[in-house]
Amino acid sequence: MTNEEIKEYISSLAPAATYDETGEWLNILVEPTALKPLMAALRTGKMQMNYLFCVTCVDFKTQLTMVYHLSATTHRQSIVIKANVNRETPVIETVCDIWRTAEFLEREVFEMFGVQFTNHPDLRKLILEDDFKGFPLRKDFEDPINMIKL
Amino acid sequence: MYNQTEIIKDTSELGADGELVINMGPQHPATHGVLHLVVTLNGETIKKIEPHLGFIHRSIEKMCESLTYRQFIYVTSRMDYLSSHINNLGCALLIEKGMQIEVPDRAKYIRVILSELTRIASHELWLGAMAMDLGAFTPFFYAFREREMITDIMEDTCGARLTMNYIVPGGLMYDLHPDFQKKVKAFITQFKSKVTEYEDLVTNNIIFQSRTKGVGILSAEDAISYGCTGPVARASGVSCDIRKIYPYEVYDKVEFDEVIETAGDSFARYIVRVKEMNQSIRIIEQLIDNIPEGDFVAKTKNVLKLPKGEFYSRVETARGEFGVYIVSEGGTTPHRIKFRSPGFSNLSVLNHIAAGGMIGDLMASMGTLDLVIPDIDR
Amino acid sequence: MFSLEGITTSVQDWLFMKFNPTMALAMECVIVILLSISLFALLGLVLVLMERKVAAQIQIRLGPNRVGPGGMFQTVADTLKLIMKEGLVPDKADKFLFNLAPFVVMMVGMLLLAPIAFAKNFQIWDINIGVLYISAVSSLSVIGILMAGWASNNKYSLLGAMRSGAQIVSYELSAGFAVLTIVVLTGSLQLSEIVKAQENGWWIFKGHIPALIAFVLYIIAVTAETNRAPFDLAEAESELTAGFHTEYSGMRFALFFLAEYINIFIVCAIGATLFFGGWMPLHIGNWEAFNHIMDYIPSSVWFMGKTFFLIFLIMWFRWTFPRLRVDQLLNLEWKYLLPISLFNLLLVAVIAILGWHF
Repeated sequence: MTNEEIKEYISSLAPAATYDETGEWLNILVEPTALKPLMAALRTGKMQMNYLFCVTCVDFKTQLTMVYHLSATTHRQSIVIKANVNRETPVIETVCDIWRTAEFLEREVFEMFGVQFTNHPDLRKLILEDDFKGFPLRKDFEDPINMIKL
Repeated sequence: MYNQTEIIKDTSELGADGELVINMGPQHPATHGVLHLVVTLNGETIKKIEPHLGFIHRSIEKMCESLTYRQFIYVTSRMDYLSSHINNLGCALLIEKGMQIEVPDRAKYIRVILSELTRIASHELWLGAMAMDLGAFTPFFYAFREREMITDIMEDTCGARLTMNYIVPGGLMYDLHPDFQKKVKAFITQFKSKVTEYEDLVTNNIIFQSRTKGVGILSAEDAISYGCTGPVARASGVSCDIRKIYPYEVYDKVEFDEVIETAGDSFARYIVRVKEMNQSIRIIEQLIDNIPEGDFVAKTKNVLKLPKGEFYSRVETARGEFGVYIVSEGGTTPHRIKFRSPGFSNLSVLNHIAAGGMIGDLMASMGTLDLVIPDIDR
Repeated sequence: MFSLEGITTSVQDWLFMKFNPTMALAMECVIVILLSISLFALLGLVLVLMERKVAAQIQIRLGPNRVGPGGMFQTVADTLKLIMKEGLVPDKADKFLFNLAPFVVMMVGMLLLAPIAFAKNFQIWDINIGVLYISAVSSLSVIGILMAGWASNNKYSLLGAMRSGAQIVSYELSAGFAVLTIVVLTGSLQLSEIVKAQENGWWIFKGHIPALIAFVLYIIAVTAETNRAPFDLAEAESELTAGFHTEYSGMRFALFFLAEYINIFIVCAIGATLFFGGWMPLHIGNWEAFNHIMDYIPSSVWFMGKTFFLIFLIMWFRWTFPRLRVDQLLNLEWKYLLPISLFNLLLVAVIAILGWHF
């Protein structure tokens, strides 16, 4: 499917989406509330994107951006879905029920960035200690003992 | 880390219905690396497995935000230390893609040969360690005999045996050692004569087969849903070899088969890896005599700067798809790096395949998932 | 030639000449006790080193070769180390049982040394129910193992001891039936009678098919009884970190360790006695000259040679096969070995009645 066709298809599912074609793949920016229906449609609809291979979060100083990389085993095309969440109260819907791999990946984003995933079956820290305070991968994370600033 | 007494109080009591909760690890001969598994048992049957990670978390992603583009590549050698060349190659490919650097052919051929040698070395260690988990101590020594030959070749050329810092953006750090071709050919001859030993000792051993056949079955849909890649997914029938689907370097010029089995049990995962070793030998044979002359590195500036934007590159390591995702703001250090490690998704499937089996089956399943914990914890 | 029977008779005559009968008997008992303890220790030393050297050869490496010429004193060094280690007793462990368990296992080993015929007329106690005595006493080792697992107050030890107990009790049946096959062919339970009946040929050759089947069953069953690989899940170190002897250290662990190797020696000695003729030399039919030369080799050398060959076989198994899972192990016994051994017993009874053996 060409980029135009994908853009048309996604606009029909999420009208408020914006597109960015400067990178290698088509980047789609949606509102956090529109994320879950779009993901469910992408999984089961005509594009059959059954392979979620990367879930991450990027901290731009003004907001946090959730980035989902999707691909399909049938047509091997990849697209990137992004959603901006609020830095003070980052809340977004989980996609665990659509792709099981998101369970661990979202736990990691939760502990590193503090994004709350609603309806996640088991949202707690995965790699850090249970009593760790703060969200390490945020840009404003300060740790006077362990971080050495040059 | 955890308060010691809290662990004992927390996980050593009987759960409901007289279930026993056992800790395996972090120091345990079978979990290859520091992995803490909390296993809930009912008699000999496993009800639930919960992995606790983080014992070797070194905050690599945060650290790389303050390293330059030339420096961060070698941190990936320490992540999945058994596929260090392939990990470095993934990072180098990303930078070359971002900065539009053209790599000379000689470097491409050599990088592919090194990747395949690393893949064989990783699978050899996996073979030895997995057989040892199941109680057969001898294949470990036979596998290491071949792996020693590969690490000797690496030591001559790259200077190190495990964490080899040799691949740079644009090509290689130095040229090859003059004995490289001779030693690789000697290795190929030895490997081909010894592969029947593995067949006799492990593959055709009826005890080994009854320990691994029908154990830890993973269906194709579950493999895709859990994000498994590499031999784990290929054993369930999912075609996902990055070298075939999104070829990089010279993989589109060599002939090799993608090994796919459909059974999805531990024996299928074992067979996939053994056959992959044979395919890697095939690739090396096709390339070793045809390395073109020329430069081994492209001319690049000393200080590299990726243009503003996002970049993703993926390579096929011995464990699966290793992805590097960089968000760059145009400076000398990345704004955000994410390493998509294959072990992370492969580990998430452990509860699914081992629950309902016995502890002996857990050993077989975990051995064939081929987990390297520093890769997971980063 | 040099014969142990000569030494024992001369010592006995001298003792009975010098002292009154009860005193002489008491002194004989003391001598026998000292001899068996030293045999125990010596065998332990030799077998541990043999295991390590055999393992090394199979695994293309050298094995211990620093301590003493060819690594001969490696086990002495190991024993010294184990003696000097701190023997920890876990906090809530049952102290009496914890300390008693290694001794139970060791005592069973020593008791079983009694009826074995090491050379011609060189047996400690030639009891008329020799085979029955051996089967009965070897079952007592399960008590020691269960004691060790229970008294350690450790989940892993308990799991390991339970598995081990189930395994030993099951495989004793097959071993017993295999041994019974030879008893049927001989007609007597007494070990010296069994050896004497093999004067014109070893039972494994004379008893052809049923004896061969019985031998294979016996070897499998005793590998399982002594907790050796491929049946060693009681101590599967990659699953349960050493099973029932996890909590033992120092001298108590040394006793368990030693007792395992003595058990191997004993079951191989019994196998050699029953199937390979004990101390009987290899005679082939009417080859007079050959038989005469074979007679020159002392009977103790024959016995030890056969025993060590079987020990080598059992060690070979360990380094070749992976481990069986616990349900596969019990499956193997109850669904395959036991019916085969029952059928074999029937077969050998028919053959013995019809006189179809040599």
